Amino acid sequence: MRHLLSTKDLARDDAVRILDVAEEMAATADREVKKLPALRGKTIVNLFFEDSTRTRLSFESAAKRLSADVITFSAKGSSVSKGESLKDTAQTLVAMGADAIVVRHHASGAAHRLAHAGWIDAAIINAGDGTHEHPTQALLDAFTLRRRLHGEDARGRALDGARVVIVGDILHSRVARSNVWLLATLGAEVHLVAPRTLQPAGIEAWPATVHELLDDALATGPDAVMMLRIQRERMHDAFFPTEREYARIWGLTAERFAALPADTIVMHPGPMNRGLEIASVAADSTRSTVLDQVTNGVSIRMAVLYLLVSGTDGGRA
Amino acid sequence: MSGILIRGASLVGGDRADIRIADGSIVAVGSASAESGDHVIDADGLVALPGLVDLHTHLREPGGEASETVLTGTRAAAAGGFTAVFAMANTTPVADTAGVVEQVEALGRQHGYATVRPIGAVTVGLAGQQLAELGAMASSRAQVRVFSDDGHCVADPLMMRRALEYVAAFDGVVAQHAQEPRLTEGAQMNEGPLSGELGLTGWPAAAEESIIARDVLLAEHTHSRLHVCHVSTAGSVDVVRWAKARGIQVTAEVTPHHLLLTDETARDYDARFKVNPPLRRAEDVAALRAAVADGTIDIVATDHAPHPDESKECAWSEAAFGMVGLESALSVVQHALVDTGMLDWASVARVLSTTPAHIGRLAGYDRPLSVGAPAHLTLVDPAASRTWSPGELRGRSRNTPYTGLTLPGRVVATVHGGVPTVLDGALVDAETVAAAAGTGR
Amino acid sequence: MSARPVLQTADIGRALRRIAHEILEARRGDGRLVFLGIPTRGAALAKRLHSIVEQIEPGVAEAGTLDVTMHRDDLGRSATRAPAPTRIPSGGIDDAVVVLVDDVLFSGRTVRAALDALADHGRPRAVRLAVLVDRGHRELPIRADFVGKNLPSATSERVFVRLTEVDGVDEVAISS
Repeated sequence: MRHLLSTKDLARDDAVRILDVAEEMAATADREVKKLPALRGKTIVNLFFEDSTRTRLSFESAAKRLSADVITFSAKGSSVSKGESLKDTAQTLVAMGADAIVVRHHASGAAHRLAHAGWIDAAIINAGDGTHEHPTQALLDAFTLRRRLHGEDARGRALDGARVVIVGDILHSRVARSNVWLLATLGAEVHLVAPRTLQPAGIEAWPATVHELLDDALATGPDAVMMLRIQRERMHDAFFPTEREYARIWGLTAERFAALPADTIVMHPGPMNRGLEIASVAADSTRSTVLDQVTNGVSIRMAVLYLLVSGTDGGRA
Repeated sequence: MSGILIRGASLVGGDRADIRIADGSIVAVGSASAESGDHVIDADGLVALPGLVDLHTHLREPGGEASETVLTGTRAAAAGGFTAVFAMANTTPVADTAGVVEQVEALGRQHGYATVRPIGAVTVGLAGQQLAELGAMASSRAQVRVFSDDGHCVADPLMMRRALEYVAAFDGVVAQHAQEPRLTEGAQMNEGPLSGELGLTGWPAAAEESIIARDVLLAEHTHSRLHVCHVSTAGSVDVVRWAKARGIQVTAEVTPHHLLLTDETARDYDARFKVNPPLRRAEDVAALRAAVADGTIDIVATDHAPHPDESKECAWSEAAFGMVGLESALSVVQHALVDTGMLDWASVARVLSTTPAHIGRLAGYDRPLSVGAPAHLTLVDPAASRTWSPGELRGRSRNTPYTGLTLPGRVVATVHGGVPTVLDGALVDAETVAAAAGTGR
Repeated sequence: MSARPVLQTADIGRALRRIAHEILEARRGDGRLVFLGIPTRGAALAKRLHSIVEQIEPGVAEAGTLDVTMHRDDLGRSATRAPAPTRIPSGGIDDAVVVLVDDVLFSGRTVRAALDALADHGRPRAVRLAVLVDRGHRELPIRADFVGKNLPSATSERVFVRLTEVDGVDEVAISS
């Protein structure tokens, strides 16, 4: 594992190892000194072509806890918006001594290109590329789910048999794609719910059961329901008629939340549209993992940075 | 009277013959002997094809000289065995007036590597709002017969109907870039399982097929000629086949890349494989090959679309559409169709020379390689084999999708109007070609 | 490569009992004892020492593990190492006498990393070092307080410690 570009090509052992290392990283949060010296002298560049304060802060925090030097490069207002190519930007950053580049880009495949075009030699971590993948989000979701299911006993385990329902704009969601591949790799049973307009081509071949109506999927008695953010603009492109109709058919309403099995957890990658895809009573309940997901994000990103940057072998421990 | 003697070439019919060229024409086919001063080409093992004609080339001049010029583009053409190219209208300014098309045509004549026949825009500025002065372009020195908004679809059905009707007066043809714009907003690659997985916006086959279906019905209704650019799907082939069976005057082209490459090439997000229409499924490639073999698709045209490196060395969705194809076209056709037994060399001559010239109403290609005909020909070594690389390119841009592939065949010589433009597999230098073209040797 | 056995099951047991007594004797009266084993085999040895001490003076000691991976000085020079769990006993280490336990003392670099790692968890009254085997060749000014066996060796030789908890057998061997 030289780079982390997607969960599609992440082997089960590698995925479990990342989750296990993240457990150790999480444990450091309770220590007197929360900083580890593991990446001292390494330089991590956060290259963000797309605004995302949450993800950027999470990666920054992770890199700093590992004692790495962090350079954050926001493409807005920089030379990139003045027409500098992805290649030139990346080469500039490597010339500055970057050991790893965390890249967030509005175009699908941007991270893959950086890793494989032969332009640069640095570990690439995909922090979300267009509508393709967001692997660290899926890993932190899996970590959150594993902890809820197995507690202290989580180390070394996967998610075999866990039933997860993912609801919403699958078509435009990199979080959904990364979650589908990773959850399936970890042995979970995945259910996807979206109107046909928001299902990507070829979804029938994905390792998941596809439903058009949320109630059908909730009837399976899931361990977790993951609500995706729906962008209000989508209705202007005729993906669905109105917010009200979307919320009524695909939203996790108070009624649907009340009808869920008592131990079903509610997940959301954030930021949430309360009242649209998720009712406040669900978002704020103790069964909501929304804040756990944020906390766990730092541990996962520490694990990924550590595994990709610390050794001489690109993470083959 | 010195000329060129080609000794022992294989004609597409299979016979071996000598061919002698003088004063820009073919003066002997069969057994001929060299006259004093003749340049003699030993064509043992080489196939003599009529000069190739590309109905779909982007020369980029005026306005896009960083990517290609008439000179560099026609050099690439000559290297690929072409003696005539039809230059697409999407330049800056757009080729929508007699002035622009005459300028482009004149540049081609001045350089001498190939006949350049400009394609006129259908609508002013390719904007789809108002018909360009098609008549003025048709009656200009450029003699425009092919009209296209290529790069854009003439999507408005009324505009398309009017254009089809209007160009009939000049024996013109509308070459349609069939792409329903609403169905392809933001489209990046073929819509299918891979686009879903890669998170790239899909370009559905139906967006091409629905426009072709509409257009053939309009062509039938208006009794006009329609040419369909770069057909890319099996469904489009079915529509064209149906239209031809009804007697509709429709011709269709396919690009070499759609005959060889599939959407799987997008997996690495390498934008060299980004093209419009997109590379499709293996089933589509098979249907397109079969359609060329059975005549449903009339011609192969390159859609040679040069782009500078920076337009390809970026994220997929930010990259330009298009790939260069003049230098590789004949090799790809040999690989996909000849070496697979689907097409013989006589048919190659038909799809890459005679028929495209006929569709574009280009004179001088109807009696290829016969005494008295203009001397446009190319000699190909079908036994050669090359590992493709940008080093094979002769134009200004390097965006070839074939790097690393082993492709058969090599153009050994090209003669344009009696002027050698390629000899011994190498381009003849620009001064020599321009001088020879100027004297009409 | 042939391995020559150095310690057998009984030898290991004897060595650990001796170390346990020495630790108790050396303890400054009132101090709590915390055994922290360095994974993997140090953790098993710490557990054994703790249970021996429990039999002698019940309640005086606790045991846990201390992973040192993140503090190693060769992280960037070798293959990536996955960290192992650190388990600090509930009483913490502040003001306790911490006994670091490892299987083999060699260059001393692991112990240096352990001292750094320990500092992240608090401030012990004192830190001691117990090892089953000291094979020499120190590269840092570090020495063990309690040693099961001093085993002179050549740098080219390898010392193997196998423990029932990890390897299914108790044995120390050396091979060239």
